[in-house]
Amino acid sequence: MSSPRRQEIISTLPSLGWLIAFFALPCLISLTLAFRASDLRGGVGDGWTLETVKSLADPIYVPVLMRTVGISFITTMVCLMLSLPMAWHMARCSVNWRNALLLLIILPFLTNFIIRIFAWRSLLHPDGPLKHLLVWLNLISEDALLLNNIGAVMLVMIYTQLPFAILPLYAAAEKFDFHLMDAARDLGATGWSAFRKVFLPGVRQGIISASVIVFVSSLGQYVIPQFVGGTMDEMIGNKIVQRAFTDRNLPLASALSGALLIMVMIPVLMMTWRERRARA
Amino acid sequence: MKRSRVPALITLLVLVFLHAPMIVLVVNSFNESRFGGEWEGFTLKWYERLWEADEVWESLQVTLKVAVSATLTSVLLGTLAALVLHRCRSWLQTAHQTLVTLPLALPDILMGMSLLALFVAIGMETGMTTLWIAHTTFCLSYVTMVVLARLQDFDFTLLDAARDLGASRWQATRRVLLPLLLPGMIAGGLLAFTLSIDDYVITFFVSGPGTTTLPLRVASMMKTSRSLPVINALSTLMIAGTFILGVISFRLQRRR
Repeated sequence: MSSPRRQEIISTLPSLGWLIAFFALPCLISLTLAFRASDLRGGVGDGWTLETVKSLADPIYVPVLMRTVGISFITTMVCLMLSLPMAWHMARCSVNWRNALLLLIILPFLTNFIIRIFAWRSLLHPDGPLKHLLVWLNLISEDALLLNNIGAVMLVMIYTQLPFAILPLYAAAEKFDFHLMDAARDLGATGWSAFRKVFLPGVRQGIISASVIVFVSSLGQYVIPQFVGGTMDEMIGNKIVQRAFTDRNLPLASALSGALLIMVMIPVLMMTWRERRARA
Repeated sequence: MKRSRVPALITLLVLVFLHAPMIVLVVNSFNESRFGGEWEGFTLKWYERLWEADEVWESLQVTLKVAVSATLTSVLLGTLAALVLHRCRSWLQTAHQTLVTLPLALPDILMGMSLLALFVAIGMETGMTTLWIAHTTFCLSYVTMVVLARLQDFDFTLLDAARDLGASRWQATRRVLLPLLLPGMIAGGLLAFTLSIDDYVITFFVSGPGTTTLPLRVASMMKTSRSLPVINALSTLMIAGTFILGVISFRLQRRR
């Protein structure tokens, strides 16, 4: 074997070996567990079975799967609607303003994830400041609940996912040639139709990446529904954690993870396929 | 030509939305009131309670130990991975690249679940070692991507020049390659450190008794209302820490 080739293999080995041992292999083990039965002592039974996978069609899990997709879809849409005008505004700002705005967007995002959820929990608490404010403004009644419902889950989901949408859209808007907008206006387009027919197609790539990133990372959420949602707002992630830890049913937890993996792979593969076709 | 004010207004509202919860949290950490609904006067008693909460400081130790060891390991593995990915084109590197990028696309819960399945399958007790393995694994991809991005504008002929001028392979690596790689390694390391301290989901799956990290501790404290104001104080300190680190690394990046 030639020396540069041997050198390549030697320098590839540490990281590749690590990823095979602690990423690829665990994924395979987890997927095969889905085809095993669980035994009552919380272990994994002998032999192979399709029963675990079939139990996903159970009426407990179907609504949870639907809800997971629904929550992720709405989160993606709201994030896009808020981030598009922001990306537009930031791209038209002076460089100093841009940097300041970027810093202001990234800073809360760097704050510990669990602390951001805690912050919302205390904000929405029945004795918390937001409740007092809304009651004082006569917008809600004294006994309205802001916490432990689907509204709280959506709000905090959007809160944590927003930067994931803003950053790729801003990157796309920064490259957009805003003279095109002036040209459209000169040719008689209104501001709104220039935005819709010139700007939106111009940042299409950013819209696609932002949607896939937000949608995929929303699908796997479970901490937000666990801490600000009620029992009727659970997503598939909550079911995975309950099966893995509450009743130690690793095969069923693995089968649910497999279902989540398929849901995640669909948008990711669609995006890769689209990119490949665009390049050809 | 008149420009619409709507985008600027939305930007302002989103920024308020992003920062308001943090500001309320910080203000309430100095508030006498337990649930922070109303201002009942200035106090530092929650910080005193935090100072006396031994379990929080134990968790901080666990968090830092895991973060430092995972950062060092992932920077070492990630830099090597980035170098070889940048210099070689082969089927081996295509497979390598795929395995590096795939963890970035998958939700954390899947990585947590599959690592748990691995540790159960090989009968490994969850604890410090499993935390180190898990954190290194998710940091590795990020570090590799950061170092790889820095390598794009790296002139490898400098290495050949050093060798032509009589430097040994080791000298060329230490005196030429390493100083040029260092900014990327530091940026990747800072990112890995932040990600490790921040992680809740994967840690939840692979931590054992006695290895409760700070995010796990905060989550368990959230269940008892007595300790809620103490979390306010702890959060304020952590926000201040991230704020300072964030501004510094942002400044460093902009200067270059």
